[in-house]
Amino acid sequence: MKLYDGWKITIGLIIFTGFFTLPIWLNLTSAESKVKPKLVYPEDAKECVEAKDYMNHFHMDLLNRWRDSVVRMNVRYVVRNGNILTHNGNKLEMSLTLTCLKCHSNKKNFCDQCHNYLDVKPYCWDCHIEPKGGSR
Amino acid sequence: MIDRRNFIKIVSFGGGIALATKFTSDLISQSERNDEPSSGLKAKRWAMAIDLEKCEQSPNCNKCIVACHSYHNVPQFDNPKDEIKWIWKDYFHNAFVTQENPYLPKGMKHQLVLLLCNHCDNPPCTNVCPTKATWKREDGIVMMDWHRCIGCRYCVAACPYGSRSFNWRDPRPFLKEFNPQFPTRTRGVVEKCTFCAERLSRSQMPACVEACPSNALIFGDLDDPSSEVRKVLANRFSIRRKPELGTSPEVYYLV
Repeated sequence: MKLYDGWKITIGLIIFTGFFTLPIWLNLTSAESKVKPKLVYPEDAKECVEAKDYMNHFHMDLLNRWRDSVVRMNVRYVVRNGNILTHNGNKLEMSLTLTCLKCHSNKKNFCDQCHNYLDVKPYCWDCHIEPKGGSR
Repeated sequence: MIDRRNFIKIVSFGGGIALATKFTSDLISQSERNDEPSSGLKAKRWAMAIDLEKCEQSPNCNKCIVACHSYHNVPQFDNPKDEIKWIWKDYFHNAFVTQENPYLPKGMKHQLVLLLCNHCDNPPCTNVCPTKATWKREDGIVMMDWHRCIGCRYCVAACPYGSRSFNWRDPRPFLKEFNPQFPTRTRGVVEKCTFCAERLSRSQMPACVEACPSNALIFGDLDDPSSEVRKVLANRFSIRRKPELGTSPEVYYLV
């Protein structure tokens, strides 16, 4: 069998495959993204309601559980081992605004960092008020 | 030497016991997690009595309405068609349509009556909700979950008291001040009075009850014979709005 203009076709194919798989090669050589979320953690609070790793991955589940607990089951406070958790002498409520955003008081430097990075748009703040005024 | 039959008996018996203990201990630890140390005000049947005589003495007083609407971030719209209201006033003959009687005392006929969600014992609004965004709690409060409301407005149609308002527009631009203790709502959900369920769970009385300077609003447990509501209902004659509909409203008006 004779392939007419074989070397031209081969070179073209090689260039095409290389170009087509360029994203794979780029990712293999430099997997690091240039833009990274920069989280600013609160300075005055050392402990969160759950471990940092858990919060990183499952804070949305926790918030959903809190929502159902407060709104639907009428259980308002965070309970650990039968006792209500406290922070600075105040009972800890299962509340996005009154508990989470008390410490993480700057939404732009905390929540938005990852949410923008991953392009997720939670609608929490359509209703729940972020600290310092309400304009979104 | 154990024979095969006895061996199986012993092993399955032991395994069964082990499984049973694990299961019950799991159950116990789970119930411990869900059992909140009792906090907040609890009741078997929350209800309210409104003293119309006291209310009549200061007809321009709007303190309860202002307190409720500012606490719950209820917006003020220019167009009455967009109106959101949790607690409001209307004339006696509008509030008590079936109590109409041409020979009522003059003052009563044109009196403004305080109106709010009646937290019916047999609420028609909850029956029609397709998402269970509104339901009757065990303590009688007809509660709303704005996370679940899809804005179908069946409940608005079902409520015979006009207690439910729909957010036709985004409420945020129409709020001058925000109370950070309470969320706002968003366009496309229904809202109404919740008997201040969030305040009760923090051991506070409803905002309107707390704001009334003359104690015309009496709130308490109907199931408790020694509660203030029961006492006042036992001593004074009271009426309810449209009781003939079978909704069994739990807001009583002392006349």
